[in-house]
Amino acid sequence: MEPFTTHTGIGVPLRRSNVDTDQIIPAVYLKRVTRTGFADGLFSAWRADESFVLNIEPFSRGSVLVAGPDFGTGSSREHAVWALMDYGFRVVISSRFADIFRGNSAKQGLIAAQVTQPDVELLWKLLENEPGTEVTVDLREKTVQAKDLTVGFEIDDYTRWRLLEGLDDIGLTLRHTDDIAAFEAGRPARLPVTTPVR
Amino acid sequence: MTNHGAGRTLAEKVWDQHLVRKAEGSEPDLLYIDLHLVHEVTSPQAFDGLRLAGRTVRRPDLTLATEDHNVPTLDVLAPIADPVSRTQVETLRRNCAEFGVPLYPMNHAEQGIVHVVGPQLGLTQPGLTVVCGDSHTSTHGAFGALAFGIGTSEVEHVLATQTLPLNRFKTMAINVNSSDGTLRPGVTSKDVVLAMIAQIGTGGGQGYVLEYRGNVIENLSMEARMTICNMSIEAGARAGMIAPDDTTFAYLKGRDHAPSGAAWDEAVAAWRGLRTDDEAVFDAEIHIDADALTPFVTWGTNPGQGLPLSENVPDPARIIDENERVAAEKALTYMGLQAGTPLRKITVDTVFVGSCTNGRIEDLRAAAKILDGHKVADGVRMLVVPGSMRVRAQAEQEGLDKVFTAAGAEWRSAGCSMCLGMNPDQLAPGERSASTSNRNFEGRQGKGGRTHLVSPLVAAATAVRGTLSSPEDLR
Repeated sequence: MEPFTTHTGIGVPLRRSNVDTDQIIPAVYLKRVTRTGFADGLFSAWRADESFVLNIEPFSRGSVLVAGPDFGTGSSREHAVWALMDYGFRVVISSRFADIFRGNSAKQGLIAAQVTQPDVELLWKLLENEPGTEVTVDLREKTVQAKDLTVGFEIDDYTRWRLLEGLDDIGLTLRHTDDIAAFEAGRPARLPVTTPVR
Repeated sequence: MTNHGAGRTLAEKVWDQHLVRKAEGSEPDLLYIDLHLVHEVTSPQAFDGLRLAGRTVRRPDLTLATEDHNVPTLDVLAPIADPVSRTQVETLRRNCAEFGVPLYPMNHAEQGIVHVVGPQLGLTQPGLTVVCGDSHTSTHGAFGALAFGIGTSEVEHVLATQTLPLNRFKTMAINVNSSDGTLRPGVTSKDVVLAMIAQIGTGGGQGYVLEYRGNVIENLSMEARMTICNMSIEAGARAGMIAPDDTTFAYLKGRDHAPSGAAWDEAVAAWRGLRTDDEAVFDAEIHIDADALTPFVTWGTNPGQGLPLSENVPDPARIIDENERVAAEKALTYMGLQAGTPLRKITVDTVFVGSCTNGRIEDLRAAAKILDGHKVADGVRMLVVPGSMRVRAQAEQEGLDKVFTAAGAEWRSAGCSMCLGMNPDQLAPGERSASTSNRNFEGRQGKGGRTHLVSPLVAAATAVRGTLSSPEDLR
């Protein structure tokens, strides 16, 4: 994973709450066996409407999405994160993220920046009044800045450290292989195994 | 999970028993995973990741795969017609063969929806940690397991290490009580969980493990408990749990992977300790008055947008919160509904009985009992899709398939089917369903499709009348 420090890009106001992962990428797109090539499926139902924000210049070139509360609810599909990143998004800003989506984002290096809903409203107004406004997201300082507006965002310290360093989770865990082996040695023998019994 | 003193909640006990490594500083805890369930949709990229890094599956004997999301429910002996679906299923077969992971493929007697297969084999047991690349993994919490959905990167992590780094959850008690510990006639555990989600909202459980408690929960069957835990994620909670009890042990005893002999006694003794201590304190607590519960349906496009069937489509203008008002307006437009319309007047085109929420034998029995002697209304299509091949075989042994087909419903093979429409079972644009599944999101059951979430009883009654109905409307 590439280390992330700051990103500047066009902000996209998505005036929706409860943006579930079926909207981000419908199930019909999940049949692929690769991690790439999901950009065409991003918000595919909404993009069929020409007034949808991503069909409007300059928002179509956006890379910082600003959405309402409960972003990424529903299915665990990491494809939602892959689709957002494939399209070009590097940051999603919302007042509340679904847990699994937030976790998936952290694995892939998509920043899920949590701000208050009043700050989301301020960003929406700013981006709608001046389309094309660039938003700078600074992971070191945990700030979102657009024009004169600067607001803080929340992200857990460990995720922030890992993203700043660009570290791979599996690699980090494998440093503890001895601990895992010791734990396994202590597991009761009665615990089930999946080997077919008949 | 915050430590409030001496007592611990059920979730905290299971968590503590699986600590490989306790957090230092801002680091997450490292938890051991006892059971990893795998399916074709969220695993190919994870296996690819292992190959790229030259890693193996650490514990194939704690991993089990099945094919469910893509599989057709008709003509299951023919190759899958959709080449992309076929490739995904074949990729799973190749990956399982290469990495030594047991797999129940299409047409195998043990194939089915991953969350139906685990419990029926007796693999899902109290006190285990269970994960799967599927958000409805919360289902397994009905056994007192800590079970939650994970993304594909986490699937790869578990395959490689049999562990997950996780931040502690908070805990929330969902107390469901009634005067005599039962639900009113026509009310099911599906109605309980839909009412719970409407009460706390789709984000209300975010960051929490829910523990369902109270006299109503204690009196529910294992399958009814699974329905409730299954939909915890729809309230934003990754996991929902119920303390194991004699109902749990009776369900498990004698199942293929359940312990036997002395190991059974040892297991039950350990399982009896898996209860929230009296002096434990939850981070949050809510109460549901089950005496007041009646059949519940959704009218909108998220599972929190639900009401008792006796009510009318709500008027968004009367919603104070701006975000919720805008969401309700958008939902009514998408659903093609007018504020003020009685929910019972809503006409459906399709009825779907199935899914990991309501595709088990008790659900099919309940639906068949209502349908028996009736016909599916003209112009309505009804699909009955058992959650697993075992459920299908059991239903056929009991003659339920005959009841469904005599009523004019379609009797299918096992899979996720129209819950998410990855296979050919989909709604057409504008088509409306009453569905026993778990999500009424826009386009969930097919592009432009409109979904009302209901219990199996309401689904069956609706199939007969053609409008959203409860069994009492058939009298």
